[in-house]
Amino acid sequence: MKEFTPPPDSASIVSVTDRVKPVALGMAVTSVHFLGPRAAFVGGEENVAFVDSQGEITTVAVHSGGILSTASDGKRIVMGGDDGKVVSLDAKGEVTLLATDPKRRWIDAVALHVDGAFAWSAGKTATVKSGKNEEKSLDVPSTVGGLAFAPKGLRLAIAHYNGATLWFPNMEGSAEFLPWAGSHHAVTFSPDNKFLVTAMHEPALHGWRLADNRHMRMTGYPGRVRSMSWSAGGKGLATSGADTVIIWPFASKDGPMGKEPAMLAPLQARVSVVACHPRNDILAAGYSDGTVLMVRLEDGAEILVRRNGTPPVAALAWNAKGTLLAFADENGDGGLLEL
Amino acid sequence: MSEATSQKIPVTVLTGYLGAGKTTLLNRILSENHGKKYAVIVNEFGEIGIDNDLIIGADEEVFEMNNGCICCTVRGDLVRIMDGLMKRKGKFDAIIVETTGLADPAPVAQTFFVDEDVQKNARLDAVVTVADAKWLSDRLKDAPEAKNQIAFADVIVLNKTDLVTKPELAEVEARIRGINPYAKLHRTERCSVALADVLDRGAFDLDRILDIEPDFLEADDHDHDHDHHHHHGHDHHHDHSHGLKHYHDEDMQSLSLKTDKPLDPNMFMPWLQNLVQVEGGKILRSKGILAFHDDDDRYVFQGVHMMLEGNHQRKWKEGEPRESRLIFIGRELPEEAIRKGFESCIVS
Repeated sequence: MKEFTPPPDSASIVSVTDRVKPVALGMAVTSVHFLGPRAAFVGGEENVAFVDSQGEITTVAVHSGGILSTASDGKRIVMGGDDGKVVSLDAKGEVTLLATDPKRRWIDAVALHVDGAFAWSAGKTATVKSGKNEEKSLDVPSTVGGLAFAPKGLRLAIAHYNGATLWFPNMEGSAEFLPWAGSHHAVTFSPDNKFLVTAMHEPALHGWRLADNRHMRMTGYPGRVRSMSWSAGGKGLATSGADTVIIWPFASKDGPMGKEPAMLAPLQARVSVVACHPRNDILAAGYSDGTVLMVRLEDGAEILVRRNGTPPVAALAWNAKGTLLAFADENGDGGLLEL
Repeated sequence: MSEATSQKIPVTVLTGYLGAGKTTLLNRILSENHGKKYAVIVNEFGEIGIDNDLIIGADEEVFEMNNGCICCTVRGDLVRIMDGLMKRKGKFDAIIVETTGLADPAPVAQTFFVDEDVQKNARLDAVVTVADAKWLSDRLKDAPEAKNQIAFADVIVLNKTDLVTKPELAEVEARIRGINPYAKLHRTERCSVALADVLDRGAFDLDRILDIEPDFLEADDHDHDHDHHHHHGHDHHHDHSHGLKHYHDEDMQSLSLKTDKPLDPNMFMPWLQNLVQVEGGKILRSKGILAFHDDDDRYVFQGVHMMLEGNHQRKWKEGEPRESRLIFIGRELPEEAIRKGFESCIVS
């Protein structure tokens, strides 16, 4: 892997590396989200760094400790920290304290609903706050691994050991358990609300078709899947964890059952993070050797955005229009690309 | 492995039956003036009075890996906590995991063997077991957890020695040795043990698998070269001429194998793999230094239940006896079968 050098720009791959505005964040970075015109890079602890189109950096303190979980709807970022706090950060840079765990436990997971409701978890307890309604909490059998709101209705998916729980916080006794042995971490609904997918502790995804709870096993990864992104229109789920981007087909009513995934953009490095373009059939992929590629889903054509030879890419995001791509490696060496 | 190992954060697992003095030892480690910062993963908040360190509450959630191996259990909460802690790299020098008094240390250790991300950032340093000199003998009879913790240990802190008489102390030590003759044993009052004796032991470092000889504390505990393992299926002891009591635990034993003839790697490796596959539920710990036929390198391995890791360590030194030594600590080990299997791997 050390010997690997990317092909020269002129030969086999188109490069836009010279159009990237470099950003030196000077802190460990774990994710990035666009808030309005600015990219907000979330640090491993304490701070978020806003970067505007000129590359100007403004740092905002959000937590007094590690930042464990983030979710964004494009208007704000909701974050959970090891200080036991749930905070939100808006496009103006204003920080609001949303909740504090009474025992100051770690806030392991957060989720944000399109209508403004948000959820967080500490230990086995998931809590939802929706508008002016009271907080509603649900205890699941083991520590929560991930949270996600369904695209329609106020319904929360809670991933934990041996399955996931679906819950309508405003309906008493509505919790429905979807079993599958193993430890489930991140969880996501397909945009059409038909499928639920979890990333497991072992290198695999598990899915349920919500109409009949039929299982979908998505296996074959060499490493744990840490990043999942739905392609425009929800036709495919792009994932990290292998030395190619793995995209599972979800366009038909059976989802990926009995189908092979597409495998695009192979490199001699592991895909560490993926981000699908919000409108077009393009995705961006970051690799464990620092490479960032843009990949066309149709034919796998690649464009080099960032060269290899650095720590793994940790953060990758498009703005809502899909005109800006932001990325950073684990050590905070990042960039902005305008298309 | 050494280069990568040195950059990984060392993790000490602190076990011990209820009331043995784990929290005392933990407070001692944290309050000593060592200039280091620890991230401490505890199962109960509030008993530790040090602000300087990161204290994280854990729930000891054990789950089975989906790999068809029933003893392959890991601590899911640890996976999650390690993930979170890695966001604060640089804020602490080492990690201490305190388990509950009733915990089996295996899932903790296995977490560091099987989880890729945990393994990338941290290394298991040692399992340290605090034992109560007054009550351990009783607990070994009625609490399988206590026995597991002794069998699993790299370091045993035999605490509260001021509460027992000399003969009682000799008895409890003999009982410990009947289960685990390889752990370093320290007698203490109020857990006063030198930090260097419990931290940074490198007990899981393949490059430091040297402590494979039985550990005896006192000069009057002469080295026993006779076979320790002629157990008779019941709890008994016999006094030797030099006065050392010698216990054999009814269900937990250690087994050591040794040969000065070279081993055939094509026979040995499949035998060992198969042994831990079949008997891995019973084998708590295994270690070995091996001399293979036609191989100038020392080969070392270690294992926890069904999980093994091994590597060529270094060249045999000039004049160094090319011996192979293996130890197994486990429950109801099929000694005869293991000995026969081992012998069949020797190049004749």
